[in-house]
Amino acid sequence: MSANGKSDGYDVIIIGGGATGAGTARDCSLRGLRVLLIERFDFAAGATGRNHGLLHSGARYAVTDKESASECIKENMILRRIAKHCVEENDGLFITLPEDDLGYQATFVKSCQAAGIDAEIIDPELAKRMEPSVNPSIIGAVKVPDGSVDPFRLTLANVLDAKAHGAKVLVYHEVTAMIKEGDRVVGVTVVDRKTKASHNYYAPLTINAGGIWGHGIAAMAGAKVDMYPAKGSLLIFGHRVNNIVLNRCRKPANADILVPGDTICLIGTTSSHVGFDEVDDMRVTPDEVDLLLSEGEKLAPALATTRILRAYAGVRPLVASDDDPTGRNISRGIVLLDHEKRDGIPGFVTITGGKLMTYRLMAEWATDLACKKLGVDKPCVTMTEPLPGSRDEDEMPKGKSFIVKNPIRKSLEGRHGELSSKIPSGNEYDASLVCECEDVTVGEVKYALSELDVNNMVDLRRRTRVGMGTCQGELCACRAAGMLAEAHDCTKKAKDNLANFLNERWKGVYPIAWGDALRENEYAEWVYSGVCGMKQNDLR
Amino acid sequence: MNIQQVNISENNFEQCIKCTICTVYCPVVPVNPDYPGPKQAGPDGERLRLKRGEFFDESLKYCLNCKRCEVACPSGVKIGDIIQLARIKYGKKKPKLRDVMLANTDFVGSVATKLAPVVNASLALKPVKLAMDGILKIDAHRTFPKYSSQTFESWYKKNAAYKQQSYKNQFSFFHGCYVNYNYPQLGKDFVKVMNAIGYGVNLLDEEKCCGVALVSNGLINQARRQAELNIKNIRKSVLEKGCPIVGVSSTCVFTMRDEYPHLLGVDNADVRDGINLATRFIYHLIDECGVKLKFRDGIKMKIAYHTPCHMEKLGWAYYSASLLRMIPGVELQMLDSQCCGIAGTYGFKKENYPVSQGIGASLFRQIENSGADFVATDCETCKWQIEMSTSKKVMHPVSVLAEALDVEETIKANAK
Repeated sequence: MSANGKSDGYDVIIIGGGATGAGTARDCSLRGLRVLLIERFDFAAGATGRNHGLLHSGARYAVTDKESASECIKENMILRRIAKHCVEENDGLFITLPEDDLGYQATFVKSCQAAGIDAEIIDPELAKRMEPSVNPSIIGAVKVPDGSVDPFRLTLANVLDAKAHGAKVLVYHEVTAMIKEGDRVVGVTVVDRKTKASHNYYAPLTINAGGIWGHGIAAMAGAKVDMYPAKGSLLIFGHRVNNIVLNRCRKPANADILVPGDTICLIGTTSSHVGFDEVDDMRVTPDEVDLLLSEGEKLAPALATTRILRAYAGVRPLVASDDDPTGRNISRGIVLLDHEKRDGIPGFVTITGGKLMTYRLMAEWATDLACKKLGVDKPCVTMTEPLPGSRDEDEMPKGKSFIVKNPIRKSLEGRHGELSSKIPSGNEYDASLVCECEDVTVGEVKYALSELDVNNMVDLRRRTRVGMGTCQGELCACRAAGMLAEAHDCTKKAKDNLANFLNERWKGVYPIAWGDALRENEYAEWVYSGVCGMKQNDLR
Repeated sequence: MNIQQVNISENNFEQCIKCTICTVYCPVVPVNPDYPGPKQAGPDGERLRLKRGEFFDESLKYCLNCKRCEVACPSGVKIGDIIQLARIKYGKKKPKLRDVMLANTDFVGSVATKLAPVVNASLALKPVKLAMDGILKIDAHRTFPKYSSQTFESWYKKNAAYKQQSYKNQFSFFHGCYVNYNYPQLGKDFVKVMNAIGYGVNLLDEEKCCGVALVSNGLINQARRQAELNIKNIRKSVLEKGCPIVGVSSTCVFTMRDEYPHLLGVDNADVRDGINLATRFIYHLIDECGVKLKFRDGIKMKIAYHTPCHMEKLGWAYYSASLLRMIPGVELQMLDSQCCGIAGTYGFKKENYPVSQGIGASLFRQIENSGADFVATDCETCKWQIEMSTSKKVMHPVSVLAEALDVEETIKANAK
């Protein structure tokens, strides 16, 4: 109930459907708060979905930022328990090359141990046997408990659990204004991006979890949060070159992490300051591609002769604290701002900084503060309570399923854990494939369309991996578009969607469009413009 | 740095652009819904297997290794090899006794030859067939090739070896298991033709089965040992004696030329060009070396030529067809190039029988409707399949040549 009596029955409005916002929505709803989660586009559409997908051990920060490092290792161990369907326990190596200072290794291991990270120096020969793709000229290696984490799956699992505990979720809704009574924030004005309709929602507390866009959201409330947009670019390779995360054992620099994730591996990142006018449309430059490849080869020489799938860039939501032009030395630590205390704006809280690895802890802090403000006394349970998909329940029932092929079954179970039992597969059609590269079935798409808040094909990709394989939509996009048209009973929308999806795929391929990747995209263009009759100006 | 010029994938499976033509050409896909098809089993599956070996799918065993996918692929992806290598690397199912028996053509052949009358008679008996069907899972519909009581090698040593050095040109004949144990007549026919055109026929110091059946039954180590032995002896013949190797079976020749290096890791680069198929060898002699064939008068026959899968992969059906067309009075029909379904030992296995016959069905129909007197083909297992599944006899082009040849005139024509 707000001051003037308006109420939607919400206790808290959370702005931002990244990992932090979704995690906060989950934590709040688990503690009995009535939650409204608002996302401008789709879950994990910002920085959450645009990083390495590295399950940091914290080792990378051990020397420079002990606090972040120990947060990382604690969250790392928690995510292995609560989000096991999003996590691959690959381990990581910090390698020393002849050009690096081997002396750094001792400092590194000591700092890791001080932060509680189990770092073990191993014989370079052993490292080469463990990870045959590693640069054979390594002179040192340290094993750490790195891994990989699927940020889309992780965010969605948090959303699903929040919804299961009563949270309401609005995607494709943008907050355009804060409703204030005096200095107090009492609600938000939201525009439905599809219908353009505007609506006011009220709650005693609004939490800003907008990542880099939180800068603008805070400004609407009259608060100034100095964000520092640092762009990071990455390359995705067509298949896994390595099965263990490879890092350089030196001060963090460009392109020194190679992460295997699902069917692919990723090299990154670069780091450069960008303006707020650029954060909605990041493009990877040729110089960045060159840098990523030439540095990446030093980790695993095979990268030089491996097909690149696409390039992409994200924006780190760093909170500016000094004038470091690279953004590398800014703390990756969590920033929780109580604007009542800080700026005299009650009813408004910002949770920012941090990183994907610490999303749960950020959510816990934000929820602790929300509970305190709302007078709720319930402990946080997210460090022990498994997420949907990671519970020890039966996966797909084997008897009734038409899915007989091992890779397809394993792919579905891998993506959805025990929730894969909800995927229809009782007839040949449901068991047939939409996406052949990533083994996504008709049943999985149906499940996503009906239960996972899918509005368009890009959303569908984040839920299922449709279009994430080597063909980048060449074969699967038209099939998925057909199913979307059926589900939404609108062909025109599905056709627009298909064009958007293909253009979005092409945007990622463009920076690396040569060799087989270019050949394949030329073929895809021919399929869609020549066979499917899409117009040239639909395909950019 | 202009990275675009250097970053080119060396991974053959990454050259796949998912056009799916391979799956269209796969003979198994239309008849066996359990087989995911070459695209998914090959390049698509390879990505998943690189993620984790548990993504290997046992249904890859349905691949015939016919290589028609590779012929169809416009991107040069060695799809068949990717599938065979995945089976070698990830397959957990151990070969059964039956598979070992079917794969060991050499060993089984050498025993069966000694007991040929008994073996042939019993293999044709219904109770024996049913027992093999029930116990070994070798389909009772199958007709086993007859075993000869005298191997080709022993015939050669007794009747042919002594006069071969009198010819001015020499080559080595890789006879293969089929000629040696089942059908020495084909070997005799080949010696007759080659002697008539002035070529002396030698045997290798030792030859073993090319190994194709061992590979498809998962007996990789044995296949590798046999390949090493063959290449050692081939090397001796080609490099030391200057005698090229000629075989009559398209599959043996294909295996030794194109499967040894990347499937078995046996390097053959120095002798690969010296391994040839009989019809192609003879065609080149006629085309480039002035060799002439003279045929008997009054021949009149209609032949339908079937292109075996490995012949399609070699791209050499042209040579066999051209030779047959040289015989006056021969009307030759090229059958549509499609798999007959037997794929070596594949079709003998009970679980594959319906698929095997389903694959061949349209070929059998075309043969029955062709009005041909008989079918010609360069592959022995295609011969068994077509003879079992149609009313026509099947002959090797070399045997057709031998029968039509006027030996005296040919010798005279080549003596000049």
